[in-house]
Amino acid sequence: MNTNDYLALDFKDTTDLFPVSSRREFLKRFGGGIVIFVALGDFLAAQEAGRPRGPRPGLPSDFNAFLRIGEDGRVTCFTGKIEMGQGPITSLPQMLAEELDTPLETVDIIMGDTDLCPWDMGTFGSMTTRFFGPALRAAAAEAKAVLLELAAESLKIPQAQLVAKDGVIFDQQNKEHRITYGQLAKGQKIERHLTVKPPLKDVSQFTVIGKPVLRRDAREKVIGKAQYAGDVRLPGMLYAKILRPPAHGAKLKSVDTAPAKEIAGAQVVQDGDLVAVLHEFPDVAEKALAKVKAEFDIPELKVDDKTIFDHLLGVAPSPNVVTHGGDLEEGKKISSKTFATTFLNSYVAHAALETHTALARIEGEKATVWASTQNPFGAQGEIAQAIGLPAKNVRVITPFVGGGFGGKTRNTQAVEAARLAKIVGKPVQVAWSREEEFFYDTFRPAAIVKINSGIDSSGKMAFWDYEVFYAGERGAQQFYAVPHHRTASHDTPRGGTGSHPFATGPWRAPGNNTNTFARESQMDIMAAAAGMDPVEFRLKNLSNPKIIGVLKAAADRFGWTPGKAPSKRGYGVACGTDVGTYVVTMVEAAVDAKKGTVQVKRAVCAQDMGLVINPAGASIQMEGCVTMGLGYALTEEVHFKGGKVLDTNFDTYEIPRFSWLPKIETVLVEAKDAPPQGGGEPAIIVMGAAVANAIYDATGARLFQLPMTPERVKEAIRKA
Amino acid sequence: MADTISFKLNDKPVRLKVDGARPLLWVLRTDLGLTGTKFGCGEGHCGCCTVLVNKVAARSCLLKAKEVNNKAVVTVEGLAKDGKLHPLQKAFMEHDALQCGYCTPGMILAAVSLLNSTPQPSREQIIRGMEENFCRCGAHHRIVEAIQAAATEMKGGR
Repeated sequence: MNTNDYLALDFKDTTDLFPVSSRREFLKRFGGGIVIFVALGDFLAAQEAGRPRGPRPGLPSDFNAFLRIGEDGRVTCFTGKIEMGQGPITSLPQMLAEELDTPLETVDIIMGDTDLCPWDMGTFGSMTTRFFGPALRAAAAEAKAVLLELAAESLKIPQAQLVAKDGVIFDQQNKEHRITYGQLAKGQKIERHLTVKPPLKDVSQFTVIGKPVLRRDAREKVIGKAQYAGDVRLPGMLYAKILRPPAHGAKLKSVDTAPAKEIAGAQVVQDGDLVAVLHEFPDVAEKALAKVKAEFDIPELKVDDKTIFDHLLGVAPSPNVVTHGGDLEEGKKISSKTFATTFLNSYVAHAALETHTALARIEGEKATVWASTQNPFGAQGEIAQAIGLPAKNVRVITPFVGGGFGGKTRNTQAVEAARLAKIVGKPVQVAWSREEEFFYDTFRPAAIVKINSGIDSSGKMAFWDYEVFYAGERGAQQFYAVPHHRTASHDTPRGGTGSHPFATGPWRAPGNNTNTFARESQMDIMAAAAGMDPVEFRLKNLSNPKIIGVLKAAADRFGWTPGKAPSKRGYGVACGTDVGTYVVTMVEAAVDAKKGTVQVKRAVCAQDMGLVINPAGASIQMEGCVTMGLGYALTEEVHFKGGKVLDTNFDTYEIPRFSWLPKIETVLVEAKDAPPQGGGEPAIIVMGAAVANAIYDATGARLFQLPMTPERVKEAIRKA
Repeated sequence: MADTISFKLNDKPVRLKVDGARPLLWVLRTDLGLTGTKFGCGEGHCGCCTVLVNKVAARSCLLKAKEVNNKAVVTVEGLAKDGKLHPLQKAFMEHDALQCGYCTPGMILAAVSLLNSTPQPSREQIIRGMEENFCRCGAHHRIVEAIQAAATEMKGGR
């Protein structure tokens, strides 16, 4: 089997169902082979430590197989992580192949299937490589140890004399004496439970990790065979369209479903507030739903996208001091110039191109749900609760996910599909329209940052007093060498009651986009006041060698030459750190002062992310962050009036397009000896400030609010 | 109101009895089981549902099924010939020109249409030609490179 075929098979395997009562039983059905279980010790504890909010379900203690070596020599990697474009479908097999010494082509991967994969808290926070990776490598190292034991027995050669390479174990004194992994697995039913971390390979021994590998799911995706949740078809399935309120907080007063029933084949369901029309064709279901007459009580809510910031400040919870040091009053005394600034950012949508989708089938006491989710085990629990089944009777299968960015961590659509499937006794698909997607998205929260800072006469930062409202503290801790500082965060889980008029949640590098925009804009404001080049000013105030290294690498590639802003060149720089990675982006932008439009012509993004598993995948993520980041920097903003979301599609909510595309260059700063850090999120955090600083450098106009729409740019230029 | 609609789908004749006012997108995805064509926005903004109608890119979410009567429709499933990938499909693979892959079928078909009318496009022509197809993951940079590479490979006809 060649690499082009194997992934399609994986997903066929996971969608071909047979009743199983437990994962352990299922693994037995795999037949012979060697299965490595990893005890949930340090590895998952590390994940748990990073767990943000919400309930912590009990961890399963044994169904945590990480890999299996089959009698055909193929290796299957099991992970609760999912593939939404960020690339673990390629990088996890690389890690496994490295540690097991098997060709990458022999590794298959099963992802996000709650019956088959070890429990996982969800795919977010750039945790796949950092926390699941080491556990997977340990499992692979253990598997190799088992294989070496078996080979010694089978070949009657002392273990110390044996070498494992490319899926074969041979005698280093006589290479003719050899046996393959498949041969060793034949007739075996070995289960190993790993409790102690085995020794892992040293960086110097790597042959697969660190080598660029093309995406392993590309073939399926270019021929249209890659299955997403909406592509799964079951006999007799129905498509549901659900009645939605016109605004958040609205209550259903009366409903007349009779006109919908007149459409041939339409089935109407009403279960409390859940009113849906089902049909064998989704478009007909939608047409029928449009005939439903409903009246709602809409609460009077005055807040809108303009007044939201005052509203939020008015109801803000008391601050939590994240870090502090020195004495702010002392800092003020030694300052020659001080700066008091407020930064704002609007609500931003995830806007993945695949809307929330799920297909649910309930047979007797067993539910199977195919869902577009970043959190299959979370979905399992939510569904189980909604339809009254024990969680172990609910199997969530995650096909390819068409983009997530943090927006697919709640599973409302999967719960809806399961509820409806239970009522109608047939498989039901729920696929949100784009309007539903904008309505029920968990937006990146609107946020406010207030900074008071000062510099002394030599251009050294003297104090830094930082307060962030609603974005959270991720990325708020600044890394400049400032003697007197305080960082405080005003936030409560999900904003707290009476704050946001709709749901908010994590959005790619949550909090950090807001915090880095504010901090790095403030740095440039101070640099300009000090009469210094923005890069020179940062270097003067940095002692962290990592960030200095990345800043110099970016400046080198960009060809940054010192200049006091506004230099008219349109250069902008921003530094940041997120999920263990250090990132610096420099852009060159052109501003049309009349129209207020901004075109980023060039972007150089440099990153120190520790050991890089797949440099090709890492670069794509950086490019993706630069491109996607232009959206929240320039146009993306959710418009609303009270609980009514005014953006319903891409006509008013503008995401980046081809014509926005700068020339992008990426630089990976080598740091092989440091453990791997996050890759999917860091590079997006710097985009707001890099562009804001470039606009200032081009025009002398300072932008304090994201997104930097043409109106705001023109307004800032008028004021400059 | 069932209409009889005949058209060529991926080089094979198709005869359907459907309500001709239904969107082609859903007829393809449900009645015909061709799920490579994706729903993205339903209003023609994003291009996920792009198919070729008589070799020209069209939004299948806005097309009525009856509008393709007697025409030739190509979806992403029909692009490879005898198991041989179209040069654009190969180029998208070789350039890692995708991430989540959801926009990919529409991107590739829009690019096929572009190269049909402009076989050797400049970078600016590619950007203009692809402007109405959205990618949320930010694979634009690679997509442009892939189209350039495929155009070079296809020089002299496919």
